[in-house]
Amino acid sequence: MTVIVKVGMADAAVAHAPNVLRTLGLGSCIGIALYDPDVKVAGLSHIMLPSSEGHHDENPAKYANTGVPHLLEMMEREGAKRSRIKAKIAGGAQMFHSASLPEIARVGPRNVEAVRAILQSVSIEIIAQEVGGSIGRTVELDAETGLYHIKTAMASPYAV
Amino acid sequence: MTRILLPKAAQDVLREIGNIGSAHAATALSTILDHRVDMNVPLVELVEFDHVADLVGGPEEVVACVFLRVEGELSGNLFLILSISAAKRLIANLLPAVHEDVPFTAMEESALSEIGNIMAGSYLSSLATLTRLKLFPSVPSIAFDMAQSLLTIGFLTGAASRGYAMIIHTELASSPKDDHAHIFFLPDPGEENVLLKALGVEVEP
Repeated sequence: MTVIVKVGMADAAVAHAPNVLRTLGLGSCIGIALYDPDVKVAGLSHIMLPSSEGHHDENPAKYANTGVPHLLEMMEREGAKRSRIKAKIAGGAQMFHSASLPEIARVGPRNVEAVRAILQSVSIEIIAQEVGGSIGRTVELDAETGLYHIKTAMASPYAV
Repeated sequence: MTRILLPKAAQDVLREIGNIGSAHAATALSTILDHRVDMNVPLVELVEFDHVADLVGGPEEVVACVFLRVEGELSGNLFLILSISAAKRLIANLLPAVHEDVPFTAMEESALSEIGNIMAGSYLSSLATLTRLKLFPSVPSIAFDMAQSLLTIGFLTGAASRGYAMIIHTELASSPKDDHAHIFFLPDPGEENVLLKALGVEVEP
């Protein structure tokens, strides 16, 4: 039986096949999906901000720079090997557009940059990117296939 | 994670702020629509990230959302949220022909944005009058999408970062269609103390 594991905001979880990881309504946040196809171990992290610097927050899953190492450790404990893991990322949208909005309204694109940078620094290849624009995304990572399913408000669901 | 809801007296004061702000916003809406708008007693709640969208139908519920960032002597985020159908009916009061299907036309967006602007302006100006704080709201920005993807921005501002936020939440209902609108005011973390002090309520350090 397939279990769908819900990943909240600023949260991370790991699942084995045939289970599925799901996070809802990504706007500027990013769903970082990592997958080791050999052991079918999947990890999903829902980060909200690019960097933990200047924040006194103990939750590593909230930030790109701490979220990726945190998720990798969780997956390695479940038998995944870093050398086999590939990444797919989704989110990082800018939901509101107005000249007078503060910098925080443009956090989506900064999240994308930060996630790319941290993945590169730990030598994890990004094989699919569904990022940017101004749309919300719900995502599901299937630990059986490694497929990353993406659902938006207006378009048909698809997988990458 | 420790979550301490404010003392009851402080909650009452914040609820009253929501009450006065929302009453002005509801009156403005009622004037625009030329019919009655009812309002619930505002709730002052600490809401976790993952549960904020539950207040408007769930994380994936597609909604119309007008967002204003408030800065000045008090900082926070103000949201006006309506279902798509309620937004369409609201606009239909102002424009001759409304297209039933999403997406909204530029004219419809502009009309809704203006309604949001008037309501938010009423809310904030009564709040500013009451507290004598100088508030500088941004130009309203509008979007139509999954509730969670839009409300997230309310949790990203302010120096401290927590897993939850204080929300002053009012629900408006407009007869005869029973359309609902939600007004959320989220003072940035710690800013509720600014509000309380401005109204002469002692705040424990």
